[in-house]
Amino acid sequence: MNRNEIIKAVGKPFLSEEKVKISCREVNVYYGQNHAIKNVSVDIAEKEVTAFIGPSGCGKSTFLRCINRMNDTIKTCRIEGEIRLDGENIYDRNVDPVLLRARIGMVFQKPNPFPKSIYQNVAYGPRIHGLARNKSELDEIVITSLEKAGLFNEVKDQLGHPGTSLSGGQQQRLCIARAISVQPELILMDEPCSALDPIATAKIEELMDELRQNYTIIIVTHSMQQAARVSQRTAFFHLGNLIEVGDTNEIFVNPEHKLTQDYITGRYG
Amino acid sequence: MNNIGGIQENSGARLQLIKAGLKRRYAKEKIFRTLGITAIVIALMMLTVLFVTITKNGYSAFQQTFIRLKITFDASVIDPEHTGDTGVLSQADYGRLVKKTLREMFPEVKKRREKRDLYSIVSSGAAFQLRKMVMDDPGLIGTTQTVWVPADDDIDMLIKGYIKTGKEGTGRIKADKAAWVNTLIENRAIEKRFNFAFFTGGDSREPELAGIWGAVVGSLYTMFVTLILSFPLGVATAVYLEEFAPKNIWTDIIEVNINNLAAVPSIVFGLLGLAVFLNFFGLPRSAPIVGGLVLTLMTLPTIIIASRVSLQSVPPSIREGALGVGASKMQSVMHHVLPLALPGMLTGTIIGMARALGETAPLLMIGMVAFIVDIPAGIFDKATVLPVQIYLWADSPERAFAERTSAAIIVLLAFLLIMNALAVVLRKKFEKRW
Amino acid sequence: MTVRIEELEHLKESLLKMAALVEAAIKNSVESLVERDSELARRVIKEDHKINAYDVHIDEEGVRLLALKQPMGKDLRFITTAMKITTDLERIGDNAVNIAERALELNREPLLKPYIDIPRMSRIAQGMVRDTIDAFVNEDVMLAKDVIMRDDSVDDLNEMVWKELMFIMTQDPTTVSRAVKITYISKYLERIADHATNIAETVVYMVEGKIIRHMLPDQI
Repeated sequence: MNRNEIIKAVGKPFLSEEKVKISCREVNVYYGQNHAIKNVSVDIAEKEVTAFIGPSGCGKSTFLRCINRMNDTIKTCRIEGEIRLDGENIYDRNVDPVLLRARIGMVFQKPNPFPKSIYQNVAYGPRIHGLARNKSELDEIVITSLEKAGLFNEVKDQLGHPGTSLSGGQQQRLCIARAISVQPELILMDEPCSALDPIATAKIEELMDELRQNYTIIIVTHSMQQAARVSQRTAFFHLGNLIEVGDTNEIFVNPEHKLTQDYITGRYG
Repeated sequence: MNNIGGIQENSGARLQLIKAGLKRRYAKEKIFRTLGITAIVIALMMLTVLFVTITKNGYSAFQQTFIRLKITFDASVIDPEHTGDTGVLSQADYGRLVKKTLREMFPEVKKRREKRDLYSIVSSGAAFQLRKMVMDDPGLIGTTQTVWVPADDDIDMLIKGYIKTGKEGTGRIKADKAAWVNTLIENRAIEKRFNFAFFTGGDSREPELAGIWGAVVGSLYTMFVTLILSFPLGVATAVYLEEFAPKNIWTDIIEVNINNLAAVPSIVFGLLGLAVFLNFFGLPRSAPIVGGLVLTLMTLPTIIIASRVSLQSVPPSIREGALGVGASKMQSVMHHVLPLALPGMLTGTIIGMARALGETAPLLMIGMVAFIVDIPAGIFDKATVLPVQIYLWADSPERAFAERTSAAIIVLLAFLLIMNALAVVLRKKFEKRW
Repeated sequence: MTVRIEELEHLKESLLKMAALVEAAIKNSVESLVERDSELARRVIKEDHKINAYDVHIDEEGVRLLALKQPMGKDLRFITTAMKITTDLERIGDNAVNIAERALELNREPLLKPYIDIPRMSRIAQGMVRDTIDAFVNEDVMLAKDVIMRDDSVDDLNEMVWKELMFIMTQDPTTVSRAVKITYISKYLERIADHATNIAETVVYMVEGKIIRHMLPDQI
């Protein structure tokens, strides 16, 4: 298939208005000359887990990073089209990326706790945004966030220990606690389990399933099994195109597009 | 293993092939390791030679020969009118007291020339020492005290065995002088003591009175100025260039220039300092402030480069993590990147400072090479620095300055060692894993 | 995140409900024959779609869990077993419908002879279905193996019914049409017992991970 070809997505890209948290319309991303995301239009449902899958370099991570304007830090990156969060275009001139990122938390591929104490890791976000009026409020936020991330019981006696002393899985949950400490509406996860062992992965997946009651979650994952396990909707990307999107069950049991079929059956390429 | 004919058959030959190559590979590895060890051994030997020579030449300077004199603080010499006035006390001829005592010790000396020789076995500093004693305690006047005064540098060298007594006219020490020294030795009136003057005194024309304190203080002032200026400037530059500056032709040019500056010979900075700070701004000559400014120019590129490297070594995931929770660019740099990079920056700074501490050439150009007896009291006072002091002493003809040169080198090396050790300790201590 | 317990429980519950329907279908179909109750027979035929719906539902749920949750070990065996059991149950349901259809036909003709062995077969088959599902739910291998053993008695009864009807047919050719239908019914019941045996075998596989199909009884 041609590298520059632009394909119209099949499946069920659009949702009824009351379910939509984010709507993307004709989003194009360029890195210099490279057309990394090609005319992607898709809706992300509220309080669901949406998985982005696809082979390496398909643009799924790039697209994810457009949603909290993380690509702003890359000088050569140019974005066209619109991404609306609750109807507001996040690429509008008057939208402050810092404020946006307070609404959209992010968890990264490699657990990246700050080299500070566990407490400070979680307290950092609320502190810079001024979400706590005093120490006890801050304590409250830290504890709730750790509890929501399913980490509190494991670390309650060592909040002063460095975050980097935890195991990989715990570090990642600490990062999730850090992300939810600023009470975002949306959590973006960029391959959150790729550096973790299966048990730690299972715990994170369990956690995502709980979190989706309160948060909208988008996860980029290399593992289609993971996408199948955790998500309600799945979007398949290929060479910058959104090929197919729909209910996870549909995508994995009865995919519409040949490319999706090939990818999920492992007969890709 | 599957018994597929061909593969089975081949595997034996293949293993043989690998085995044959293996020996060669191990041999190569061994040679490489031996080379490395040899290099280290050679370097260590050089270092040992350096240390051994310097220590051998220099350790004796930490001791100084003193002569015991029974001084009568004769009131008629010090304060004939019994005024008790400090002016009078400080003006008195203490040299006469010393000379008198020496004459009493060696009554057989009568001739003028002999007398002059006799007087010269004691350092001219003896008189100053007596004056200081009287000034501190005027009650001494009229009493007789046993006082140890420094011997002249030639006597010091003789006692330490660096020079020999020769026949009449051939050696530095005449036979009669040697005889007096022998008498003193027999009377236990001469001995080697710890040389406090070396650590507390300023420079002097007389080796037995010369000390490094003036140079050490000068160095400290200069380093202080350098640190205060170069660290904030260097770190700020590095942070801006690394984190905020757009990547374009201008920043490229700046980068090339900074790297270039690091390679410029230090004498050039001295010339620049002379032209700009002394001639144009009219700052005082020989002052630590100017020395510090010049050394700042010289150290800045080192600090900037080290700081940029340590900023680059902070993983991008930390920046992303901070941005991800909604920190602004500035906050992510100030709260997360800079603290992580700081140990590396400090290490770079200390190494730069250590280099600056050992720098001589640029300071020669701005007049810090002057002979300065007084201990500098501030950054605008005339001063010299340790390496320049070493340079000055190394140039002096007196034999006693040779050992003092080496002793000063030992002190300088100790400072450098401490600074570099500090850099290593800092790095080890603040090294963070992420 | 693997298969949740609730999801497995849901699957189990669906199977139980389906089995109850199937059991009732067997019982009612034979009853409609013995009691000559055509109304009951029609009801059995009409209610079969419920069984079919369960079959589809359990199959779909199984595929969904396999695709999305990647079950492993016992969970995997449980889900594949459930999907097999539902097929067998559905076939049993079909057999019950067949019996009901034959009953409708027979009810329109005079009674050939009182049914003695057929209700007995029916009782044994019902018991086998019930026990095999119990064995599945409780993971009871002993019970499952017991069900497998019971299959022989149904086979024997089927043999007896055959011989008896053959004798009647040779005596009086006018009975042939009715007798053949009754042999069908006997055959259906025998098939039902076979399906129950299949289920029991898969239950053994599920619990022990050992495939005992196509083995001789003493090997089990």
